[in-house]
Amino acid sequence: MKKAKLILDDGTVLEGRSFGAEVSAAGEVVFSTAMTGYPESLTDPSFAGQLLVLTYPLIGNYGTPPPDLDAEGIPVFRESPHIHVSALIVSDYSEGYSHWNARGSLGAWLSEEGVPGLTGIDTRALTRRLRERGVMTGRVLVEGAAEVEPVDYESVNYVDRVSVKEPVRYHPGGKAKVVLVDCGVKGSILRNLVARDLEVIRVPWDYDFNTLDFDGLFLANGPGNPQNCAAAVAHIRAFLANPRVRPCMGICMGNQLLALAAGASVYKLKYGHRGFNQPARLAGTDRCYITSQNHGYAVDDKTLPSGWEPLFTNLNDGSNEGIRHREKPWFSAQFHPEAAGGPLDTVFLFDQFARLLKP
Amino acid sequence: MTERPSKVLLLGSGALKIGEAGEFDYSGTQALKALRQEGIATVLVNPNIATVQTGEGVADKVYFLPVTPYFVEEVIQKERPDGILLSFGGQTALNCGVALYRSGVLEKYGVRVLGTPVEAIIATEDRELFVEKLDEIGVKTIRSAACASIGEAAAAAEEVGYPVIIRSAYALGGLGSGFCDNRQQLVQLAEKAFSFAPQVLVEKSLKGWKEIEYETVRDCYGNGITVCNMENFDPLGIHTGESVVVAPSQTLSNSEYQKLRSLSLQIVAHLGIVGECNVQYALDPDSDDYRVIEVNARLSRSSALASKATGYPLAFVAAKLALGYGLFELENSVTRSTSAFFEPALDYIVCKLPRWDLGKFHGVDHHIGSSMKSVGEVMAIGRTFEEAIQKGVRMVGQGLAGFTGHDPVPNVENLDEALAEPSENRLLAIEQAFREGYSVDRIHALSKIDRWFLYRLEHLVRLDAELQACGTLEAVPDELLREVKRLGFSDAQVAGAFQNGTPEAAVRARRKAIGLVPSVKQIDTLAAEYPAATSYLYLTYGGSEHDIAFERDGRSVIVLGSGAYRIGSSVEFDWCGVQALKTLRDNGFRSIMVNYNPETVSTDYDLCDRLYFDELSFERVMDIVELEAPHGVVVSTGGQIPNNLALPLYRAGVPVLGTSPADIDRAEDREKFSAMLGRIGVDQPEWSALTTREAIGDFIGRVGFPVLVRPSYVLSGAAMNVCSNEGELDRYLRLAAAVSPEHPVVVSRFIQHAKEIEMDAVARDGEILAEAVSEHIEFAGVHSGDATIRFPAQKLYMETVRQVRNVSRRIARELHISGPFNIQFLAVNNRIKVIECNLRASRSFPFVSKVLKINLIDLATRVMLGLPAEKVPCDPMELDYVGIKASQFSFNRLQQADPVLGVDMVSTGEVGCLGSDAEDALLKSMLSVGLRIPEKGVLLSTGGAEQKADMLPAVRMLESRGYPLYATGGTARYLRDNGIACTEVRWPGEEGGPQALDLLHAHTVDLVVNIPRDLSSRELTNGYRVRRAAVDLNIPLLTNSRLASAFINAFCTRPLSALEIKSWGEY
Repeated sequence: MKKAKLILDDGTVLEGRSFGAEVSAAGEVVFSTAMTGYPESLTDPSFAGQLLVLTYPLIGNYGTPPPDLDAEGIPVFRESPHIHVSALIVSDYSEGYSHWNARGSLGAWLSEEGVPGLTGIDTRALTRRLRERGVMTGRVLVEGAAEVEPVDYESVNYVDRVSVKEPVRYHPGGKAKVVLVDCGVKGSILRNLVARDLEVIRVPWDYDFNTLDFDGLFLANGPGNPQNCAAAVAHIRAFLANPRVRPCMGICMGNQLLALAAGASVYKLKYGHRGFNQPARLAGTDRCYITSQNHGYAVDDKTLPSGWEPLFTNLNDGSNEGIRHREKPWFSAQFHPEAAGGPLDTVFLFDQFARLLKP
Repeated sequence: MTERPSKVLLLGSGALKIGEAGEFDYSGTQALKALRQEGIATVLVNPNIATVQTGEGVADKVYFLPVTPYFVEEVIQKERPDGILLSFGGQTALNCGVALYRSGVLEKYGVRVLGTPVEAIIATEDRELFVEKLDEIGVKTIRSAACASIGEAAAAAEEVGYPVIIRSAYALGGLGSGFCDNRQQLVQLAEKAFSFAPQVLVEKSLKGWKEIEYETVRDCYGNGITVCNMENFDPLGIHTGESVVVAPSQTLSNSEYQKLRSLSLQIVAHLGIVGECNVQYALDPDSDDYRVIEVNARLSRSSALASKATGYPLAFVAAKLALGYGLFELENSVTRSTSAFFEPALDYIVCKLPRWDLGKFHGVDHHIGSSMKSVGEVMAIGRTFEEAIQKGVRMVGQGLAGFTGHDPVPNVENLDEALAEPSENRLLAIEQAFREGYSVDRIHALSKIDRWFLYRLEHLVRLDAELQACGTLEAVPDELLREVKRLGFSDAQVAGAFQNGTPEAAVRARRKAIGLVPSVKQIDTLAAEYPAATSYLYLTYGGSEHDIAFERDGRSVIVLGSGAYRIGSSVEFDWCGVQALKTLRDNGFRSIMVNYNPETVSTDYDLCDRLYFDELSFERVMDIVELEAPHGVVVSTGGQIPNNLALPLYRAGVPVLGTSPADIDRAEDREKFSAMLGRIGVDQPEWSALTTREAIGDFIGRVGFPVLVRPSYVLSGAAMNVCSNEGELDRYLRLAAAVSPEHPVVVSRFIQHAKEIEMDAVARDGEILAEAVSEHIEFAGVHSGDATIRFPAQKLYMETVRQVRNVSRRIARELHISGPFNIQFLAVNNRIKVIECNLRASRSFPFVSKVLKINLIDLATRVMLGLPAEKVPCDPMELDYVGIKASQFSFNRLQQADPVLGVDMVSTGEVGCLGSDAEDALLKSMLSVGLRIPEKGVLLSTGGAEQKADMLPAVRMLESRGYPLYATGGTARYLRDNGIACTEVRWPGEEGGPQALDLLHAHTVDLVVNIPRDLSSRELTNGYRVRRAAVDLNIPLLTNSRLASAFINAFCTRPLSALEIKSWGEY
């Protein structure tokens, strides 16, 4: 294994070894505390432009799953056909793997996809630094590979890079038609909608879907700063203003876009929420849920206009975990009810959406 | 919140036994702490006097009484609690609670069961009900089809799918059971099975499936979380208590992990759990198919492990939930800023290994399987699996340097069999297999251990070979040294890879020279996402910086813990360690604990300022000492492990508190100690360290038989033995012990019919400040850890006591003792001899401290810290009550082991009860360790002539109470000669009837007194078969005439209803 290092933009240098593609990469350095689900995370488009640090040290144990697609053409064991993280940083990569559903090692897959992997890093020390100083950008440099320039993560519209370029239809003839604004949608969201017999029209993030005939709107997850998605916000605002009130559900960036469209503001968290153990409380109740999360921005729920209210709140830091309209069938979650990876405790939100569409 | 109780009764788990050990002291202590925090009055019933939970300041009232429905009802009647907690005292407490519920006692006294309702507990305990319940929500369980014909069996097999396992219903010990891969095999096996019983059970075979556990908590609002999941390294078929276990799971994909997690939450919700619950699964290694194996609706060994593995205090939280709190209302006790409603994210791997002591038992089956035999466990934390398991292998404390590098190199003959049918040496077999060139696939095929674990272990064997190939330490490249340290090689293990006798210290020096030192990391429950407010720590070579800063101000004191529970060292040393920590804190020192036993209270991170959950090795303790620069290290409250470290630490310049390690060495070194005793005129039994068979013969020629033989190198079996004649000596030396100049054998004169006396004391600068003299009920020859101990001594001559005190004073002065110590004496006709001296706290410290109500460890710790400590008057004449400590045996778990007592310790736990007189206390303590007062009849085989005579008064008492007596040949004749009527029964080998074994099987007798004729016979004798049958059939068994007499005397003179129901404070 070649030597490789991570250079943070505060000057910190951490040395390790390369186990993926022998290329260098730059991006925003973020950490996830998830202990399982590296294939899902790697293929989650929301991680585009990011160097992903996994705090769980032993990674690669169960290899990588096959690229199977289901009848609708949605990947079965991945969240999208390809890896989206810019680099993966771990403490103890496991070359030996063992699983009935594995088709190869993690290192081989990263190489195949041209993504560097860095192992032998004190990921706990790195995480503590990110926690204390806040999120920052950095570069993974592999010995012998061409250098890369630092990136300005904030300024790049990653949504535009990962969104579909043309509308795609899934499950035609489903009991209701849902427009899904694709900011970087995960396969599991598509699967959850299709599983509820919904026809999904997946449109590019800046597509004016108001021109289409549909029964409900779904705002998907996606990478980066939601404020880079002004076109989407404008279309959502028009949808909310439409006298024909139709149900709307959002996830993650979808929560932020819905809030922006409603008139609330969004801010960047110091180091984000990424992991499968985030507690969210259903506002005004004693019910709490463990949720899967992956976001660097949050809705400032103090800025929610009248008519809107928080739906979920994070039990750890009190940040917003979802909003809803007091009267209209519009709601969203900052976390990922589709999980993949992570806990499945809030998957019922898809049922609620389906019920709103076809009671 | 529901209505809060004002007074809560908590049931403990009694003595430590296999399958129910220290984890329940930890659970109960946390629960009591949670109740105390709420201002709720607490009452504890637990006869285990050595536990922390029965100490001062934990429960408001403690009853050292058996956890049985009779005694608990008495306590309820007296205390009138309005709530009861059943789930913190293991199966013992749960069974007792369910019995009280069913008999209506709880309702009668208005005692509400807090937490999980009893109906839900019953649903998890009753197999049929359980399957029915889980069927309701479509969750798969392992089910048996009962079949009455081969045809039915074949149909059932088709339904569940091959392979299947079939077993005879009602047949003990697995007779007629086996695996079948197809119909033909099934027909064959079923025919055989039907010859044993009219019914066979057909089950899907899950052989080789993975075993996965989830620990859940759920509140009364329906909020549930899984705190931890764990994966067994060993496949299904090996009890989770016998398995190496890792947390979190390592070979599960996200979808498998989440599927089982969701099922766990559905199950606890459906059952209506409020509190903690453990769910065990079998998971197919070739698909995501699963079965629920069982559900435990209580705190368990696994939950204690999960608490320590994650930092999530399951028992504490479960107690709060039982009071009606919601999880979201409680705080994360590590961060103290986030909520208890979350699931810990680990950024390390935890590896649990069992500790077995099978070598102590004669005749025991060494295979590990579906029943638990281990007596303790260790938990190792690392940033790689290799680091964790290698630490764990060392922590187990049986002399291994790591996964590799064994001396001598193990050489199992039938390796394939050793891999396929594992014993406690399974890791050694895997290491040997890799050395011999077995592939991962081959080992997997034999052992069914997941390949992932095997890849990792193979890597260690390869690295070990690389080290060896270097030839010398100097030739090892820095990179390789870094790599092996990262993967958990100890300095000693590295040194051992070279043939040139490289010392461990050279490796330490080399790595320090290149800056290769471990990092201190925190266990913070959130993988560094939020700062931790507590210092729960481990060391790793997989890090580049420390999580914490070190004050190095000389105001901290390190207390070394006791390591894995094992026979001879268990919860009593945990109590000692916890008391030392408390005294440190109370006196303004920062307390630091080093220990790695997940079953302990001392490894609860809120008991000390810093907890290093790590190895008690010279290397690791030095690492910690170098980082902390403490005021000193306490080595005398953790039993033998820290005691053995005293001298090496002292030589390395570490400030060891208390008695100087040079003096500790003078007590530990047999030669030095003997010379010292000679000089101060104290007697001890003649002994000699001998290197040839002839020398042993000469020595015995001088002192005569019997002798106690202690080899320095044991080939197999027990570490010491009493030999009564030439034949026994020959056999023992031939089969069990090596004799050579390298391996001398210590032979001592064995004194029969001697009383054994213990002195537990604390001294300062050689002057005794407090002392406690206790006596064994059994004559010498029963290990002090197995003996029944009476304190204060009731039946010693004043003259003997005076001598014991006098000699103790002289020894304390001579060894300049400052701290706790224990001396064991023999007394015959007012002449005493010293047989052992330990300059550390002994097993009986918590017992005598609690009986005296003087905390000897507090006193000793004050002495060690140089704080003012006054002489404590502890005149036993002042006490108007007696304490009896009795031993708990776990022979029922140890198939085929001979349940006799000897010079090597075999008990797994103990209790201590108080009474206004010795009979009262003895009866309570014997009932606490599982004896029952007979109601039907007694079977007597009372050994040799002297023992027969010893027993005569007790047998007369049985007769006068109208017990039907049964006796084997010699005993029957002796009884008749003495005018006692009895039915003569036959030994197993004898013709005719009635047969002794038939009496046992028919439960015609409910007490067996079987005194072995001599002290050393190990063969399968008739006596063995009777003793073993008594154990297997759960009939109380006594094998010592002195104890049997005392017990019989107690229950014949004292009806149950006459026993006092008094709390500790009322004495």
